[in-house]
Amino acid sequence: MFKKILIANRGEIAVRVIRACRELGIPSVAVFSEVDRAALHVRKADEAYLLGPAAASESYLNIDKIIAVARKSGADAIHPGYGFLSENPRFARACGEAGIKFIGPTAASMEMMGSKTRARQHMEKAGVPFVPGTSRGVESPEEALRVAQNIGYPVMLKAAAGGGGKGMRLVHTPQELPSALESARSEAHRAFASDEVYIEKAILNPRHIEMQVLADEYGNTVYLGERECSIQRRHQKVLEESPSPIVDPEMRRRMGEIAVRVAKAAGYTNAGTIEFLADQQKNFYFLEMNTRLQVEHPVTELTTGLDLVHLQIRIAAGEELPFRQQDVLIRGHAIECRIYAEDPDNHYFPSPGKISLLLLPSGPGIRRDSGMYEGWTVPIDYDPLLAKLIGYGTDREQATARLVRALNEYFVGGIKTNLSLFRRILNDPDFRAGRLDTGFLDRLLEKPQAQEDADGNAARIAAIAAGVFAVLDPETARKEPASANGGGGHGHSNWKRIGREEALK
Amino acid sequence: MTYEVTVEGKQFRLELNRIDGRWQCSLDGHEIRFDAVVPRRDVLSILIDGKAYEIKRERTATDLHLWVGPRRYDVQFRDPRSLRSRAASDDGKGPRKLVAPMPGKVIRVLIPENEEVEAGQGVLVVEAMKMQNEIKSPKKGVVRKLVAAPGANVNAGDVLAVVE
Repeated sequence: MFKKILIANRGEIAVRVIRACRELGIPSVAVFSEVDRAALHVRKADEAYLLGPAAASESYLNIDKIIAVARKSGADAIHPGYGFLSENPRFARACGEAGIKFIGPTAASMEMMGSKTRARQHMEKAGVPFVPGTSRGVESPEEALRVAQNIGYPVMLKAAAGGGGKGMRLVHTPQELPSALESARSEAHRAFASDEVYIEKAILNPRHIEMQVLADEYGNTVYLGERECSIQRRHQKVLEESPSPIVDPEMRRRMGEIAVRVAKAAGYTNAGTIEFLADQQKNFYFLEMNTRLQVEHPVTELTTGLDLVHLQIRIAAGEELPFRQQDVLIRGHAIECRIYAEDPDNHYFPSPGKISLLLLPSGPGIRRDSGMYEGWTVPIDYDPLLAKLIGYGTDREQATARLVRALNEYFVGGIKTNLSLFRRILNDPDFRAGRLDTGFLDRLLEKPQAQEDADGNAARIAAIAAGVFAVLDPETARKEPASANGGGGHGHSNWKRIGREEALK
Repeated sequence: MTYEVTVEGKQFRLELNRIDGRWQCSLDGHEIRFDAVVPRRDVLSILIDGKAYEIKRERTATDLHLWVGPRRYDVQFRDPRSLRSRAASDDGKGPRKLVAPMPGKVIRVLIPENEEVEAGQGVLVVEAMKMQNEIKSPKKGVVRKLVAAPGANVNAGDVLAVVE
């Protein structure tokens, strides 16, 4: 087993991996940038080292600095988390060359799956079902028109080198195709330094369903159930659940066996996810493979009873998978909300700042994976994911009820968050019925919001509360600390408070 | 103690009294008795006829919000004894500052100085994190003191303009 593990990440996932290390009795090493000195992951680790200024290129994306810290601290393994360097083959190789074990797949399997066209080519050989389309980038508008004619409109143009919606265009008619191809190409080039664009049949109202796989370094590969991730905004997931409302045991077995085949064809080891698009008739097609642990892994952990990060570490340390496919049982239902520091009233613009008040949910069936704390200043420099709130229950209804209840208990004051969005999603009739597809959230956001408090009662309570606060808990001038030191002191004068209370007697 | 409180634009006159530890108030002429405790800073528990309300307070650079359950209320509050609130004229009628929510660059001015602006109308556009953010006026009024010009780099908390 490893002597010491360095976590090359930050925020909630770094805290999550540090927890696993602690549970396994392995010392953990955190790395941080200048703006993350007071971050939760630094507080919780056994050792922590400064990487450099806030910019990711100078810190969390800086391979040389991270390897240097690993050497200095004596870490013999690195967990990359998700994002940052987790799917960077150069980093995986650099770890190997430094004699440090990278907790994840090999650089070769990352490279195979990193290009969407190359992944398609390999998967075709493995007999994996695809969305009909090209496995190579189209060379010319003429070729694109020919392919689209064959597949049938509508078609989707996609960038081979990356995702997140960049370089993607939905094309309904041949007339639109040439200019769509040109703009997709230039956008892809700007985003990924590659203008390779390929074509797929566009599936209408698709559901995004992904399968978790786990493989040890001896060829044992299993699937651990699917996750439905159709609730997305601009191709970013917002809410995920396991199991998927439309996947029955037979469909799960078929998808799982294909996912295992994909993983084996890629020579994959450790944790990974195979993404599928499913249509409303339950046909499914391979989309791509993510060669890392995913943000939404908790819903799989809760429904299988497995700790994926423990297993990642043990697999990397050379252990065999301690169970076989027939031992994997899916029980209950889990739903996860991604809580972001975003302003829902302003196009979900990132909303950094100091968290002045944090009231946390807990109780039955509630899991919270969080990187924030009261008094912390959310930096502007990184992805604004604050925490994940997961509700778990015996069935979807109970998981939903627990999550709605927990959202009512959750309060983040001082910054804007997307918490209010989840109440809308979870109370929506289509969500309750499991009628999901990747257009769900866009449609929901267009619906007018229900008017509450029609009789103005809550407004009157607020008016009374304003006065009572002034007496019992008056605000005094509070200075923001210059650096992110966590909570500053309050200049609260007891004399003032007593004076006000006396005046009211 | 009498306060003038504005909740989401609606004005209330609040008379608050505490007798023998019991609270009572008159809100726009209606008498209400209640019990109140502050379990921790910025949180208030109020009981009215057995109904329980938990109110959270949130102060940002420009606003005061009170949350009653999951709903947020924009509150302007004048405490006659507070020097600070007198100076800041927190009744919504005084000048309001437009503040940069984060470091960025001013890329466009939508309403020039001395022109009228409606509540919620964008006054200027700040670019940050590769996204454009419209900074909106919190009230109907006239733009004065447009401090920032296109091309200016701003820090979080910097005053960009004042609407009177």
